[in-house]
Amino acid sequence: MSFFYHFGDYINMLAATFSRPEKRAIYFKRIMEEANAIGVDSLGIVAIISVFVGMVTTINTSYQLVSAFLPRKVIGEVVGTSVILELSPTICCLVLAGKVGSNIATELGSMRVSEQIDAMDAMGVNSKGYLIFPKIIAAIVVIPLLILISMGLSISAGIFIGKITGIVSPAQFIDGTRATFQTYTFTFALIKTFTFAFLIASVSSYQGYFMSGGSIEVGKASTRAVVYSCVLILLSDYLLAQLFL
Amino acid sequence: MLKGIDAVFKEGKTNMIIGGSGSGKTVLMKCIVGLMEPDGGTILYDGRDFTNMHPKVKRETRQEIGMLFQYAALFDSMTVEDNVAFPLRLFTKQTPKEIKDRVDFCLDRVNLEKVNNLYPDEISGGMRKRVGIARAIALNPKYLFCDEPNSGLDPQTSIVIDELIKEITEDFGTTTIINTHDMNSVLEHGEYIIYLYKGTKHWEGTKEEIRNADNEELKEFIYAAQFAKEHHIALLQANKKG
Repeated sequence: MSFFYHFGDYINMLAATFSRPEKRAIYFKRIMEEANAIGVDSLGIVAIISVFVGMVTTINTSYQLVSAFLPRKVIGEVVGTSVILELSPTICCLVLAGKVGSNIATELGSMRVSEQIDAMDAMGVNSKGYLIFPKIIAAIVVIPLLILISMGLSISAGIFIGKITGIVSPAQFIDGTRATFQTYTFTFALIKTFTFAFLIASVSSYQGYFMSGGSIEVGKASTRAVVYSCVLILLSDYLLAQLFL
Repeated sequence: MLKGIDAVFKEGKTNMIIGGSGSGKTVLMKCIVGLMEPDGGTILYDGRDFTNMHPKVKRETRQEIGMLFQYAALFDSMTVEDNVAFPLRLFTKQTPKEIKDRVDFCLDRVNLEKVNNLYPDEISGGMRKRVGIARAIALNPKYLFCDEPNSGLDPQTSIVIDELIKEITEDFGTTTIINTHDMNSVLEHGEYIIYLYKGTKHWEGTKEEIRNADNEELKEFIYAAQFAKEHHIALLQANKKG
């Protein structure tokens, strides 16, 4: 029963979040601020993850290819497809659920505890719209851009490590990646990323906005935001794959 | 929590809700402002049924309300100037210069200078309360709610805040409702007082009537406040002699 209660509350929150804003110009400014916090501040961690994912996947794939009958460009095929279809969208979003999700939940939870959200409501501001809407919009715009950067960095790291270790030449790697590249797969990866971004921002906002209690509960809300976002990302990953692939 | 509270606050006056901790003062105020939904009953603002208003109309009505929270509830990611300007930027069509002038007027009205660019954690508790008042009056509200405005303040600053609220009530003609358990404040400024006890309205009247009230719980409440004050004075005098 608790699940249905929270799900209903979540839907009501989304309805209030996407209602007409008081002033578009102010909301645009808020979106830019959130895009900076979510996107620019996450670039470093996404870059580090992507580079290592690309390098490790290339080495692992090479290790598995023990047969001399398989051309080396297969490494590029496997790494390219894995990175675009799964590794970049899912692993990066799981990490972003931790970084961005906990940030959002903690920020809103702290505002709830210090009555800042009550102050907005008392003034007649649609606090859900003012606080949550910019976060969701910024997330679904910026996180896919981060994933595109991640894909590029992972594949580049794969090329780099392949050349350094002599596993595969850059030309063979790129040849393999291009051979298996499909627009459909790439579009599917972006659809997944939009879904994950929406889940991270909305679920974390829900946990922070509706928490009650003191500083311990803020921490618990932040933890719940991360855990629920991660579980929903994995669940939606499976469902989308089942539906579209 | 609350039962059978029936009260009509006086327009343009300083109304007070008093009672011990846990008597329901803050819950009552949050119900009146719409931050909590009552299970029953009606809240009227000049005859308008606030309880059953459409959410959009309710939000518009709230623009007539200014509220000072117990710990000021300033937005900590914004400067003092941005805090006071916040409702003006959202709800008015004023130019940036007009908003700046209004912000300066409000801060000047609460006797704050040179704090515009400071953040809430860079100013004292008393200053935060005054910024909270400045923000509450920015839109020239018809109704001003103050939830324990003296909470956490030293006696001198408490008096300053009380005087400020009183002046604003008189100058702007607002209907002010204050939650407090500070009897000094009540006896000095309360023009209409309701006393809550265990979630019910136990007494109502003026500051002139309160001392002679024959309500036992109210008498104990006033006595405790008076005892605490006199005990404190006695301690100070003992320390002086010693």
